[in-house]
Amino acid sequence: MQLLVDWFPFILFSGWSGMLIASALGVILARNPVHSVLFLVLCFVISAAIWLLLHAEFLAVALVLVYVGAVMVLLLFVVMMLDIKAERMREGLVRYAPFGVLVGLLLAAQLASVWWLRDSGMELLAQPQTPYFSEGNTRALGELLYTEHLYAFEIAGYILLLAIVGAITLTLRRRGGLRVQQVSEQVAVRPEDRVRLVKMKAERPE
Amino acid sequence: MIGLPHLLTLSAVLFAIAVCGIFINRRSVILLLMCVELLLLAVNFNFVAFAWYLGDLAGQVFVFFILTVAAAEAAIGLAILVVLFRNRISVNVDEFRLLKG
Repeated sequence: MQLLVDWFPFILFSGWSGMLIASALGVILARNPVHSVLFLVLCFVISAAIWLLLHAEFLAVALVLVYVGAVMVLLLFVVMMLDIKAERMREGLVRYAPFGVLVGLLLAAQLASVWWLRDSGMELLAQPQTPYFSEGNTRALGELLYTEHLYAFEIAGYILLLAIVGAITLTLRRRGGLRVQQVSEQVAVRPEDRVRLVKMKAERPE
Repeated sequence: MIGLPHLLTLSAVLFAIAVCGIFINRRSVILLLMCVELLLLAVNFNFVAFAWYLGDLAGQVFVFFILTVAAAEAAIGLAILVVLFRNRISVNVDEFRLLKG
C-alpha cells in the first residue's frame, strides 16, 4: 500500500504525459483546424495538471484561466470565423512529412541526450525538496513578483497594453459613407463657426 | 518517482512534435500559430521542471512572463491573420507574396 502511495504521482505523471503527447500529435495531424484547436486546449489542460504535480499551482490555474479561457477561445473564434478549406491546407503534408519527422527526431534526440550524459554532475534522479515554499505557491510567487521583479512586471503590463492597442488598430475597419459622430470636431467647434450675428436696422411692425 | 529526466524528455518530445508540426503544416498560418503555442508550452515545461528541481521560484516567474508575452503574441498574430484573410480570402502561406519584387 505504501508503495502505491509513493508511486501514485509517477503513475499520474505517466498517464498524463502519454495523453499530452497524443494530443500534441492530434494538434499537428488533425484534418480539421477546429479539432486542432480543441486538441491544443486538451494539451494545455493536461499540462496544467502536470504542473500541479510540480508545485506550480498558480501557474497551472493561470494556464487554464488565461490560456484556455482567453487565448484559446480567441483562436477558436478566429478559426471558426474564417472559412478555411481543410483539404487545401493539407496539400503539402505527404511531401514535407519525412523532412519534418527527421528534424523532429534529431531535435528530440539532441534534447533528450542531456540526461543520457550523466557526467554533468547533477544527481538527476534525486528528489528535490518539496514543497520549496512554506506558505503557498501563490503567496510566494506574488511576493517575488511584486518585490524583486516589479520592473519586469510593469513592462509586462505595458506589453499587454501594446498588444491591445495593436490588435484593435490592425482590425479596426473604417468604412466610408457612414454617418458617425465626430467627437473631436464637436468639441473643437467655436461660436463663430455656428452662429452668425447679422447687423440690421430695427424694424417697426406694421 | 518523477525525476528531472522524465520532465526534460517530455518537454523535448513536445518541442520536437511542435517543430514537426511547423514543417508539416507550413501552408496554414493558423496551424503555424498553434505550433508556436506548443513550442512555448514545451519551453515553459522546462522552466517549471527546473524551478521544481532546484527549488527556485525564479523559473516560475519566468513562465509567468512567457505566458504574458505569448498571450500578446497570439492576440497580435490573430489580428494580422484576420486582416490578411480580409484582404486575400485565404490563410495559405503560399499566396502571401506581396513583398516579392
